[in-house]
Amino acid sequence: MGIPLSYIIRNLWTRRLTTALTAGGLALVVFVFATVLMLDAGLKRTLVTTGEFDNVVVIRKGSETEIQSGIARDQARVVETHAAVAIGGDGQPLASKETVVLISLLRRGDSRPSNVVIRGTSPMGIALRPQVQIRTGRAFRPGTSEIIVGSSIAERFDAAALGGRLHFAQREWTVVGVFDAQGSGFDSEVWGDVEQLMQSFRRTGYSSMVVRLASSDVFERFRADIDADPRLANESKREQTFYSDQSKALSTFINVLGLTLSIIFSIGAMIGAMITMYASVANRVGEIGTLRALGFRRRAVLSAFLVEAMLLGLVGGAAGLALASLMQYASFSTMNFQTFADLSFQFILTPAVAVQALVFALVMGLVGGFLPAIRASRLNIVEALRAM
Amino acid sequence: MFVLKLIARNALRHKLRTGLTILGLLVAVTAYGLLQTVVDAWYAGAQAASSTRLITRNSISLVFPLPLNYEARIRSIEGVTAVARSNWFGGIYQNPKNFFAQFAVSPNYLDLYPEFVLPEAQRQAWLRDRKGCLIGRQLADVYGFKVGDVLPLRGTIFPGTWEFVVRGIFEGSDETKITRQMMFHWDYLNETLRKSAKQRVDQVGIYIVGVQTTEGAPSVARAIDATFRNSLAETLTESEQAFQLGFVAMSNEIIAAIRIVSYVVIAIILAVMANTMAMSARERVAEYATLKALGFPPRFIAMLVFGESAVICAIGGGVAIAAMPYVAAGFKHFAGEYFPVFEVSTLTLALQAACATMVAVAAAIVPAVSAARTRIVQGLRAIG
Repeated sequence: MGIPLSYIIRNLWTRRLTTALTAGGLALVVFVFATVLMLDAGLKRTLVTTGEFDNVVVIRKGSETEIQSGIARDQARVVETHAAVAIGGDGQPLASKETVVLISLLRRGDSRPSNVVIRGTSPMGIALRPQVQIRTGRAFRPGTSEIIVGSSIAERFDAAALGGRLHFAQREWTVVGVFDAQGSGFDSEVWGDVEQLMQSFRRTGYSSMVVRLASSDVFERFRADIDADPRLANESKREQTFYSDQSKALSTFINVLGLTLSIIFSIGAMIGAMITMYASVANRVGEIGTLRALGFRRRAVLSAFLVEAMLLGLVGGAAGLALASLMQYASFSTMNFQTFADLSFQFILTPAVAVQALVFALVMGLVGGFLPAIRASRLNIVEALRAM
Repeated sequence: MFVLKLIARNALRHKLRTGLTILGLLVAVTAYGLLQTVVDAWYAGAQAASSTRLITRNSISLVFPLPLNYEARIRSIEGVTAVARSNWFGGIYQNPKNFFAQFAVSPNYLDLYPEFVLPEAQRQAWLRDRKGCLIGRQLADVYGFKVGDVLPLRGTIFPGTWEFVVRGIFEGSDETKITRQMMFHWDYLNETLRKSAKQRVDQVGIYIVGVQTTEGAPSVARAIDATFRNSLAETLTESEQAFQLGFVAMSNEIIAAIRIVSYVVIAIILAVMANTMAMSARERVAEYATLKALGFPPRFIAMLVFGESAVICAIGGGVAIAAMPYVAAGFKHFAGEYFPVFEVSTLTLALQAACATMVAVAAAIVPAVSAARTRIVQGLRAIG
């Protein structure tokens, strides 16, 4: 028979200060752990939602990002006339030829410039990304120096607010609209007319192309044809794969750094739990003796103390998670090492993150409470009763 | 003397608890020190920058090049001693994970970087070999490159597979110099492009400009930018340090996060330490009452609690600080790939000491006050 749970809970309640301090230490570790996982989840979601499943990105072979890539005009024509590319209502292929470069802009409240992606595109390019919706203002008109900016650019860069003017490549560019791309990577981009931008940047070729497939299952054929065509030196990837590949380096970095920190910090918190549990055992030697004399087995005592430690961990874990959930209101922006451009993303609390954080807290409690619980279960009945 | 003895005995009463607390402090103070050093490592490039070097780049952003003919025009500006070319190559060695910097540079590049020490024979060998390249010591150690090795790189910005022959390995003049990079001939890059991609010929990524004096540097920078104002490729010239700090600034939210987290570990250990002190004080209520009954003032009781906290923190913090150089060396061995420069600064050690002191004081405040306020009668009545 087991020792009732209410006894265990009351033990924690009786020593409130100690319980709070120990759980507080555990909560801080869980907070760091959960925040790291949330950051990674946010980064992944941002870059995965950037792509449409049936869109395919074509870049130059060997280049990892759009910035490094280049596609000549004649190559672009070959790609867009491929049979796998969907045809729009007006008979034109659903393909957008784009130029992607970086410009440096000053962040609000920062004296150092950040690299921002500027994408030269066309009305077709906007149509190919249904998640991009103009929130305020209007779309740029082709053939003009008008640009539109993603919502997180508009928030973080003073010059890029609606009606603002940016000066680069010997021209003034007017911000005529702010678009919302539903938290995807496009929110961290500036868009303008591809021909105007290419002319200003004195580029003769495009950077990349995005095409809509006529149907999902023709991708493999399209990819193989592009790969094999001797006129082209290009490769193609599904838009979703293309963008999620760009999260790899940053995601690995966040994970390695964050998890190493969590593990080191957890040592501190587990030591805290261990001290608390040892004291809890030492204060209750007489009680343990009584329990044993009443007929509770060693195993029952062991599990009672383990449950107490895990409850302690759970309290800490819940508090840490609650703290971490507040981070959902914050956003994070940093340079993506792979694209060299500024990317902003949110902390996202997914059920998986919550479960992982709570399990982590329970494990910390369990490890911290293990040795003290063993000691409690090994106490000799007679000696323990004498301690009263 | 008597007081010290009493404090020491108190601290050693629960050997296990004291030992665990010291261990926790050790871990926390070490973690704090490592995090501070990681942040320092981020700034290593900017720290190592010379004040007599300027960087001129395209004002739009780094992805836009400058024309080759700017070199002669920059050299003719008053106060300029030398101009070197550098292009970011961005090649991949075997796997994208094996990231290191590669620059296509002009032959005079090394003259501007006296901190890179290269034997004269190797330098001559490099200058004679068009496909030759130079490798920094840190990079050579990571991949085991030797002089004479062939180093293939898959170009991302410049398509194709490029092969280079290692002709020299340069050393940093001291530990703080980053030598995790590779350099090869700019002419090799340019002439290959002449065959494959004519429109990309004669373009320079950045110019490194040597100036006579540190004081003259800002006016030289202004003069360079004024020369190319309203041209097709306007320039932005800044000190090497500002240029490097620009890279650091792009990931400053990560750095800020690391800084915040380094204080979280102190908060964690503060909770542990406060818990230990609270437990000790609670167990000794009867003793404190006895001491008071014997005539010791409350100040004395409070001092006992503070003293015990200070002893534990001094041991934990002291050992952590003493071991820091060894821990950092071990960490560098383990993660040197990411942090080519990983030096523990004196400031970090001082901050570690300050944190340990802060924890010692903060953890003891509440128990000390409540112990000092213990009423004799109630305290004597309390049991263990």
